[in-house]
Amino acid sequence: MNRYTWRTCCLEIALLAVAFVFMVPMFVLVAVALRHPDGVQGFLGFTWPLDFSNLGDAWVESAMGPSIINSTWITGVSVALIIALASTAAYTLTRRTQHWTKGLFYLFLAGFLFPGQLAMLPLYLAFAKLGMVGNPLAVVLINVGGFMPFAIFLYSVFLRDLPKEYEESATIDGAMPMRMFWSVVFPLLRPVTGTVGILTALAIWNDFFTPLLYLTGGDSRTAPLSVFTFVSLYGADWPMVFSALITSVVPILIAYVLMQRFIMRGFASGLKG
Amino acid sequence: MMPIKSRSAKPVRTAGIKPPVWFLAPAVLLYLAIVLIPNGQGLFFSFTDWDGLGSTWAPVGIDNYRAVLSDPNSLQAILNTFMLTLIVTIGQNVIGLLLALGVNSRVKSRHLLRLVFFLPVVLTPIVAGYLWKYLLTPNGTLNGLLESTGLGAWRQNWLGDPEIVLYSICAAVIWQGAGYSMVIYLAGLQAVPAEALEAAAIDGAGAARRTWSITLPLINGAIVVNLLLCVIGNLKQFDTVFSMSEGGPSGASETMATIVYKTAFTYLEYPNALAQGAILTLLVGVIGFVQFRLTQRKALA
Repeated sequence: MNRYTWRTCCLEIALLAVAFVFMVPMFVLVAVALRHPDGVQGFLGFTWPLDFSNLGDAWVESAMGPSIINSTWITGVSVALIIALASTAAYTLTRRTQHWTKGLFYLFLAGFLFPGQLAMLPLYLAFAKLGMVGNPLAVVLINVGGFMPFAIFLYSVFLRDLPKEYEESATIDGAMPMRMFWSVVFPLLRPVTGTVGILTALAIWNDFFTPLLYLTGGDSRTAPLSVFTFVSLYGADWPMVFSALITSVVPILIAYVLMQRFIMRGFASGLKG
Repeated sequence: MMPIKSRSAKPVRTAGIKPPVWFLAPAVLLYLAIVLIPNGQGLFFSFTDWDGLGSTWAPVGIDNYRAVLSDPNSLQAILNTFMLTLIVTIGQNVIGLLLALGVNSRVKSRHLLRLVFFLPVVLTPIVAGYLWKYLLTPNGTLNGLLESTGLGAWRQNWLGDPEIVLYSICAAVIWQGAGYSMVIYLAGLQAVPAEALEAAAIDGAGAARRTWSITLPLINGAIVVNLLLCVIGNLKQFDTVFSMSEGGPSGASETMATIVYKTAFTYLEYPNALAQGAILTLLVGVIGFVQFRLTQRKALA
């Protein structure tokens, strides 16, 4: 059963064929972005010669550089806050076993069931009243509040199985709560911090809806929002549109290639328990 | 700093760890401000004729809900949301499971295959949406491929035909999500003991039989988690629909999430948007809660 038989070989060929079909949209993305206006179109629309000038034009026209910088800091600040707030909250919720902590835990869990569409208008009007529409900080706050249920859930599941010996000895040593958490507990949470970080970072980077509401028309757009703005300007100029699409996803693709195993493991362990 | 004597001290000391309550404060405050209070306000104002300015409103009972539920566009959106969720959940899980079984075998290219199948998962959804929009335009890649392989009769106006557009969107969503289901199934498959499968093989069970009778029951947990994620995620589907068809043509691919957005920000009918939002929340809440309870029962069993 563990040998490479002719059956395994057939399976391998079939899977590679499926993988090719899976990649066709990605090939087309590159083919159209690099289409030469006078080139002869070949397989999947690739032309010879290729034309790389669209990439540069789209990069400049869509202001993708500044947008990627915005996306990066919005994602970074949001994820750092999510990790800081959720790990401390989950720590208190799991280590203090009282009725109210259990109730509070379920109150956070209930957050999984709110799709966000009902809160959309009141929240938008509240931020409008504060003059924060157009301000990326509004997006950060919404990300952090919105991901609390997910992050607290993952941290709590992990913390329940974490032995308390280290904390106990630190308590005996007389460490202050904040110091104790930071230097003893937080390092032990590294695996789940990795999972929370990966999953929330990707979701926030790729998020379109919140930036669409809060950052449309402003100076500080995120990468997906700039893609949308660019498409509404360039419509059917597909080589330009596809060039913008490519430049907007380059950071994720680099991260994916560098951390593929880590990312897949994060997704696989995402909602266990 | 070794935990000396901690084992014997455990029963006494466990109660001694009392993290400060203020550790909870920032998380609770933000959760209240961003999630709980706005949802509560939304629910409250969905029973009024609130115009968004806050000062002038009067209770109108269930009028907004009646208006929404007698509006053919809203009903179409509810139906579409169910159809999309059903088709995507089935398609994505069948394909994801088959891919997981495939890459969990002895094939030499399994790492490359995993990398390829998972790639669409990390792609920005609206980028994937625009990409598929191009593939499916009347003179796009798919119709071109059909033409060149002698299947020209199968050409369709994939996004322009109201009868087909929702299925076209489902295909794009499944393409994006299959790899996600795959890695969850893969984690389940890797926990299936090889001895059980070998014993069955010695007893003469074929590959299909082994998968059906031994593997599937053992990855029950992965199946339930996948279904939960898929259903909840797709009831809220916005990005792919918005980028591929904007809900069109004439509402044929509208989902609950796109119609709430349009009712609020295009038509500025705030009370109706709130009622639509409340209906979507109710759907997600009830379906999610039932599934979540089932998940917990499976996890305990």
